[in-house]
Amino acid sequence: MKLADAPLLAALRDPGLMADFGDNDWDWVVRQGRSAGLLGRLGALAGGRGLKASIPSPVWHHMTAALTVADRQRHAVLWEVKLLSRALAPVGVPVVLLKGAAYAAAGLPPAAGRTFSDIDILVPKSSLPEVEKHLLLSGWISSHQDAYAQRYYRQWMHELPPMIHIRRGTNLDVHHGILPETARIKTRPDLILAAAKHLPGYGNIFIPCPEDQVLHSATHLYHEGEWQHGLRDLSDLDCLLRAYIEDADFMSRLTARARELNLTGPLGHALSNVRIMLDTPVPSLSQLSLKSQSGRLRRVIMDNLFVSAMGSAHPSVRRPATGAAEFLLYVRSHWLRMPIHLLIPHLLRKSLERNELGKPAAPTPKP
Amino acid sequence: MRLGDLSRDGLREKLHDGLILETGPFRTRIVSHTPEVLAGLELLYSDFSVHDDGFCDFHVQVDRVSGPRRYFRPQITFKFDGMEPFKPLPADHAFASLEWGLNYCIAGYAHHYLMLHAAVLEKNGRAVILPGDPGAGKSTLTAALSLSGFRLLSDELTLVDRDDGMLVPLARPVSLKNASIDIIRNFSPRAVLGDAAYDTHKGTVVHLKPSTESVRRAGEKAKPALIVFPRWIADTNTKLTHHSKADAFMDAANHAFNYDLLGSLGYDLVANLVDACDCHDFEYSQLPDAVQAFTELLG
Repeated sequence: MKLADAPLLAALRDPGLMADFGDNDWDWVVRQGRSAGLLGRLGALAGGRGLKASIPSPVWHHMTAALTVADRQRHAVLWEVKLLSRALAPVGVPVVLLKGAAYAAAGLPPAAGRTFSDIDILVPKSSLPEVEKHLLLSGWISSHQDAYAQRYYRQWMHELPPMIHIRRGTNLDVHHGILPETARIKTRPDLILAAAKHLPGYGNIFIPCPEDQVLHSATHLYHEGEWQHGLRDLSDLDCLLRAYIEDADFMSRLTARARELNLTGPLGHALSNVRIMLDTPVPSLSQLSLKSQSGRLRRVIMDNLFVSAMGSAHPSVRRPATGAAEFLLYVRSHWLRMPIHLLIPHLLRKSLERNELGKPAAPTPKP
Repeated sequence: MRLGDLSRDGLREKLHDGLILETGPFRTRIVSHTPEVLAGLELLYSDFSVHDDGFCDFHVQVDRVSGPRRYFRPQITFKFDGMEPFKPLPADHAFASLEWGLNYCIAGYAHHYLMLHAAVLEKNGRAVILPGDPGAGKSTLTAALSLSGFRLLSDELTLVDRDDGMLVPLARPVSLKNASIDIIRNFSPRAVLGDAAYDTHKGTVVHLKPSTESVRRAGEKAKPALIVFPRWIADTNTKLTHHSKADAFMDAANHAFNYDLLGSLGYDLVANLVDACDCHDFEYSQLPDAVQAFTELLG
């Protein structure tokens, strides 16, 4: 099955179609949706449009189950945010929630039915030592203890080594940027921090402004090699864009902001892909004067690569090219992440460590 | 159609393409090429309904691991829609791993229900829930009761429907371990037992075929009436004592797979369940005495 023809994508494009799905469609939707982490979102879309009565009850039970998991995570995240806010209050800097945590805490459009595995925050780079100290005092410890991983994150990445809470076991990624220090593209996290919106009810918790939500989500998707969640992340972008473009000026503000932050590349990929895959009603790249310098052929090649890689959402939509696309994009993500004189020793080290029995490989950083 | 209506060759062919097996509220599409799964299903699931097509809750596969291990100490893996949640196991664990795999699917995804790690049986329209810590003799007691005219709903997973608080049957085979296998064989000549899986993480495991009546009524929910915490103690007399409702609440919540996940709904479901039930501790050593005691309780 081609991913573009999958009933899952049809339902995401036009939730009303779910009313006419047959048993065979539902069988695929539940399998693909569960594997792609999108079953909760479909449940929320169906519930929101009053389609519950036309969905077979076994299918609805699976959607309820996914919504229940998402709801539980939302509660857990709100609690963690409260504790983070308390732990970091003495530092006196803004703490910006990113992605899943921001969606959940602020009730943004992608939040309904969405699940996630860790909490990402962005803080000013100058405050990192204080932030880390106060997190440690509140029970957050580094989950990567070996010296190489510590150096890898601290010297080259845009985040501290991932942290885990010693009692609650929750995962926390503390970012000071949205791209690695060594990345080919440079952006301006200080501008994202400056434009962040205060989250009511917390003294020091913020979420990125709408334009930056889209730009960060796109940057994350197209710069990291996590294609297992690729379709879910693309659907997040679709949810954000569908909600924000109701404001007629949004797209022009978004493209201006992308230029300011030097993120027109990932935004171009995102807008092109949501149009192809999810029929998101956004203007074309040429209408937005966002054409990539290297032209139409490159656009077609990149779109094909990304669409193929999103086939990793479920075995049924994998194409013969999916594995190759994932590999090429993995190489690309590393190419974008580090200059070659750092990358080759890093990959060599990772491959050697992987061969040592009983020792985990050096981490593939998670943004 | 019932699974038992298929010939052995017909069943084998279905298992190659995907056999859709109905167990209570769930339909599972099973693919397997292993003789152990074929034999286990043929013997223990003959009364269950099978289907040709339609929506399936879970898609699973149990098959030999390919490569050199095909010939040297062959292994099998359980796949849930392409994912492998468990490490490969010895080939003779194939049928047991299908049973564990089905439990894994339900426990991991069926959050439409509050799920308790407990057995549940019914008689005279009243259901008894038997939560049990490992070694408490829950499965042995469940097997004996199910062979004595009690309707089996489940021996591992008690499903409480979140919509109405009723207990939902699975009626799948009862898993017996180690010494309890011979105890049940001796308890009733009518006990139909599958092939043993040796040296599993639970020791030797054998599955008991559920009664035809239990399977026939697997679409029929039951009303909770009793929660009984069984404990097998050697050479003791059968003894039924009061179990406080507050303790029963905590015990039931602790035995639930998804109490936490359901949040306030989980609290309400457990509270309503405990409210609706008389709660007891039960000590026993002899199965016939235990069956007598339960017959009186549910009379």
